Amino acid sequence: MPVPTMTRARAVAETVTDPELPMLTLADLGVLRDVEERDGRVVVSITPTYTGCPAMDTMRDDLVHALNRAGYDDVEVRVALHPPWSTDWISDDGRRKLAEHGIAPPGAAPRRPTGPIPLTLATRRPVHAHAESVGRDNAEVTGAIRVSEVGVGVTCPWCGSAETEEVSRFSATACKALRRCRSCQEPFEHVKEI
Amino acid sequence: MTAVFDNAYEAIIDADSDARWAFGTGFENPLAGVDTSLPPDVDGADLAAYCLMLGDDALIMSHRLQQWCTRLPELEEEVAVANIGLDLLGQARLLLSRAGAARAGADGIDGGRVAEDAPPDGRAWEDHYAFFRDEHEYRNVRLAELENGDFGELTARLLVFSTWRLALLNRLTESTDPVLSAIAAKGVKEVTYHRDYAAQWTVRLGDGTDESHQRMQAGLDAVWPYVDELFVAHPVEERLAAGGAPDSAAVAVDPSTLRTEFDDVLVHVLKASTLRRPDLAATPGIAGRTGRDGVHTEAMGFLLAEMQSVARAHPEGVW
Ligand SMILES: [Zn+2]
Repeated sequence: MPVPTMTRARAVAETVTDPELPMLTLADLGVLRDVEERDGRVVVSITPTYTGCPAMDTMRDDLVHALNRAGYDDVEVRVALHPPWSTDWISDDGRRKLAEHGIAPPGAAPRRPTGPIPLTLATRRPVHAHAESVGRDNAEVTGAIRVSEVGVGVTCPWCGSAETEEVSRFSATACKALRRCRSCQEPFEHVKEI
Repeated sequence: MTAVFDNAYEAIIDADSDARWAFGTGFENPLAGVDTSLPPDVDGADLAAYCLMLGDDALIMSHRLQQWCTRLPELEEEVAVANIGLDLLGQARLLLSRAGAARAGADGIDGGRVAEDAPPDGRAWEDHYAFFRDEHEYRNVRLAELENGDFGELTARLLVFSTWRLALLNRLTESTDPVLSAIAAKGVKEVTYHRDYAAQWTVRLGDGTDESHQRMQAGLDAVWPYVDELFVAHPVEERLAAGGAPDSAAVAVDPSTLRTEFDDVLVHVLKASTLRRPDLAATPGIAGRTGRDGVHTEAMGFLLAEMQSVARAHPEGVW
């Protein structure tokens, strides 16, 4: 039985890698939302990680070229804005590859509360490696605004120590923070939970 | 680390790709494939005007942040402020594109009548709005356009701007325009970080040395006369926010309803920073007209002259 063409088109699209995290495919990242055929054309839907992500056009070109090379001449890439991308969509395989490349994968994304967004006013030194929530369980209520702390639960991808601290909320790309390990002293990047 | 850069470099020099980031033929429509038809019973001209307001806030604030590049005290702050500016630029692109789509929809794409402010063939709405409007056509709040001061002023401006914008975007996720709602939902995630960044620096400087405290307070005093303006509803905002009961869904958010949340956040940050809330009068506009009406400060003309110079000198330019 022949392989259905859309399965093959999807398989091709799933090989395309991210321009800024080339160890991951767009599928690993959860950026590739859908591959389908409409009126004889392949329609691929992708979602931006951050709205200003300058790599969107490269991703679009890479997808079109990969599908063209595989024999699909009519390819359209669409933007899917809703629902917004979440680091929870990064696959287990993607998380493993990040860690292998020295980038700490994200923990669970904070749930969007009803009402005002909690303010994170201070970073806190890590306590142990298994406090999986960031900006959630540590929240304290101060007046009408919830105030929480970050910095718990990020493990050093080099030595596995939980004794790590945030150096900067922003790193070489918008999606990563810069951290430092207090055990092995190495700096590393951490994909921020959003 | 090295493996990452090696791979990225290899990705960039991929020999059989002829269109690449930074030397392709321009950006794609950031709303490509998104359904931008007008929601029922929404005035397209009003929706376009509203998207321009929120888009211009992001665009002009982003430009001021970009001007900080190479001037910040530490490399970490360079990267942070550049990324915040990039997030806002991304929000501006989506909002200006949404404004253009609403403008086209208002005049009826099928009816053949083209909006009189429509871009010439081959120019995207977002570029048309960003680079080919004049000062009085910009709808951003004046806070965004003020001349840059020192790092204390930057921190204060970012604290005020992002506290206000986060409250606004968070409510806008309920917009009855699905495009605005989706843009807002992405923006909330980004601006949450912006506000945290500004709040953390406010505390660090305010509760730091005498010198840092004094300069942080001076920064807050410098931007405070532009705070009240953030909470004054323009008639377009009033019309689009009038969806029914106060808490029921509408296209837009009435900014006057955001003041309580803004004040709550500021009270908390200022207390932790040992700073005082300024007691300063608002800077009036002209006959009550301010940024949302296209009435700007002296700084705006100089800002636009710089921001628009390349696009206006080379209107057909590609790179
Ligand atoms: Zn380590």
